[in-house]
Amino acid sequence: MNVRIVTLSIDGRDVGAREGQTILEVAGENGIEIPTMCNLTGLKPIGACRLCVVEVAGSRKLLSACTTGVTEGMQVTTDSERLRNYRRTILEFLFTEGNHTCAVCVSNGKCELQELARKLGMNHVDVPYRYPRRDVDATHPRFVLDHNRCILCTRCVRVCDEIEGAHTWDVMGRGIDSKVITDLHQPWGSSTSCTSCGKCVHVCPTGALFEKGHSVAEMAKRRQFLPYLSTMRGAKE
Amino acid sequence: MANTITIDPVTRIEGHSKITIYMDDQGAVTDARFHVTQFRGFEKFCEGRPFYEMPALTARTCGICPVSHLVASAKACDELMAVRIPETAVKLRKIINLSQLIQSHALSFFHLSSPDLLLGMDADPNSRNILGLLKSHPEAARDGIALRKFGQSVIERLAGKRIHPAWVVPGGVSRPLTAELRDEILEEIPPMLEIAQRSLETFQGLYEGFEREIETFANFPSLFMGLVTDNDNLEHYDGKLRVVDANRNIVHAGIHPASYQEFIAEAVEPDSYLKSPYYRKIGYPDGLYRVGPLARLNVCERCGTPLADEALRTFRRLSPGAVLSSFHYHYARLIEIIYGLEKTRDLLREPDILDAHVRAHAEPNRFEGVGMSEAPRGMLLHHYRIDEQGLISWSNLIIATGHNNLAMNRGITQAAKAFVKGDKLEEGALNRVEAVIRCYDPCLSCSTHAIGQMPLLIELRNGNNVLDRKHRG
Ligand code: SF4
Ligand code: SF4
Repeated sequence: MNVRIVTLSIDGRDVGAREGQTILEVAGENGIEIPTMCNLTGLKPIGACRLCVVEVAGSRKLLSACTTGVTEGMQVTTDSERLRNYRRTILEFLFTEGNHTCAVCVSNGKCELQELARKLGMNHVDVPYRYPRRDVDATHPRFVLDHNRCILCTRCVRVCDEIEGAHTWDVMGRGIDSKVITDLHQPWGSSTSCTSCGKCVHVCPTGALFEKGHSVAEMAKRRQFLPYLSTMRGAKE
Repeated sequence: MANTITIDPVTRIEGHSKITIYMDDQGAVTDARFHVTQFRGFEKFCEGRPFYEMPALTARTCGICPVSHLVASAKACDELMAVRIPETAVKLRKIINLSQLIQSHALSFFHLSSPDLLLGMDADPNSRNILGLLKSHPEAARDGIALRKFGQSVIERLAGKRIHPAWVVPGGVSRPLTAELRDEILEEIPPMLEIAQRSLETFQGLYEGFEREIETFANFPSLFMGLVTDNDNLEHYDGKLRVVDANRNIVHAGIHPASYQEFIAEAVEPDSYLKSPYYRKIGYPDGLYRVGPLARLNVCERCGTPLADEALRTFRRLSPGAVLSSFHYHYARLIEIIYGLEKTRDLLREPDILDAHVRAHAEPNRFEGVGMSEAPRGMLLHHYRIDEQGLISWSNLIIATGHNNLAMNRGITQAAKAFVKGDKLEEGALNRVEAVIRCYDPCLSCSTHAIGQMPLLIELRNGNNVLDRKHRG
């Protein structure tokens, strides 16, 4: 197999990459960290959360690192005042759009969203809170979906479709009214497609999906299964 | 025209309080009222949440006694799960509940009230606080700080360094106790007991100077309500509810927490969001009862630990029946601190205290659960209903400050009648009215513990005309 090698620069550093890799992958291989949320290694990237936006010389638009492939001679900037501002605002949107009360959340201390807020130094929020009224679906015998903490990253949708093959999850509605649903908007507990494998729960970055019976800060997510399963899937296809 | 003195709040984060003193044309006090406009949307806020979030959620109703809410709430959740939690978990929950009691009582007694007691009710308000006390009575101030720190640090070491610890969970506690920690705490108890006993002696020596206060600080017959064990000992975690009258005759014993509604009714008055509970069989407002340290000592037969029982025997000599003056809440607090230390020691010495099995797991098995425990300020009740999914559909919380609402009103009326005269606001008189409230140590005073004064705006009114006005705190 012929792999073409391209060279590009990220934050002023010349790096080599295989053609077909994304900016995010190449940056990661070279120890350059770009914040992400919807992305999860092992699932198809969708560029939804926009936290991984980077500047590319010659493009006026910001591009999402997880979905943009590298090209020869590309000049990428992953950190700048402008990018920090954008990321920070996106993060504030994620927090203010739902209801995140970390102190009483099952994921407190183990949450990717909370951790990112810490990393990006989000010590206050300028955007007004929306305090939406959202439901909790606790009809499933083992799991709970709390829409209040869902950031619509669709990791659950993708893992269920791409890895488990059940495709229980979908997104319905538009814009601010979007939400994840099970089996064409039936209560999760009555879903006939759900195999109760729990993969969605464990890829969910927040406390939106969790196992029943856990108290505050007790829901640790285990994702060791994902690299194996996605490699095996890839080998089969 | 009748005059009114209003003691109003300065900005507060949680509660919001005000005292109004009504006077007739001769300048004599006719009535006084303690109004509270508290955030009461809490029960609504919990609707739709999974029931096992309730301990952590409700712990946030109060920053000063979160552990009490954790305990009452976890007990209500145990009921929903219909489990009997492991014995060791019960003991560990008792320990953390007692630590909360010790730290809260230390705060109330030393930081908030001892400046009044040691420096005098009429002392200069600028030095009548814990800082002033550090100068004039450094030993007492340091004792108070040490006791409070002990209680707090036991909580922290058991539950983790958080303002709202999540160690107490539905079904038990989340981590067992280690041998090192047990030994550490056991070693710290004897010096704390010395402090507590020394403070009790000091307090007993102060009595003579406060005869008028004892006589007029909410000193009236009433019912008392509190938990006791099966053998009628003092109890803070479990047990049955008992009601006694002013003669310490039992009005009702063995009330199961789940049937509280048969015995407690709640009136909501238009001028206050605080519920005014009363003993249903006697009616409103005569069914007035008191809860908290004084009530607990009046309802129980004995403490069940040697030093506290010795102190209780002396305490009983104050009155052939129930001890009625709310001034003695302070006294009762000191006895309870001694009890809390002794009981913690006894629990830590139990052979199964290090057992690793400290949590029961279960789905919700009942749709309704009531959890009752004694918070430092008195009986605390959490009552939940859930739907088939285990989501809260209805909840009711009765907090100690609420139980004492009617008694506080009657108490400040009595004190105002004795001390407030004419159309001028005398510092000493107002401090005494406030001190009555401090006897009950309502949650509202929490945020001001650092300076030992409630932030208040005080107004003297003649109808709508403001005659005098003072800022406090
Ligand atoms: S999901 Fe994460 S960010 Fe949201 S409340 Fe829970 S811990 Fe906080
Ligand atoms: S439930 Fe979790 S994994 Fe699914 S979209 Fe929401 S946040 Fe993402």
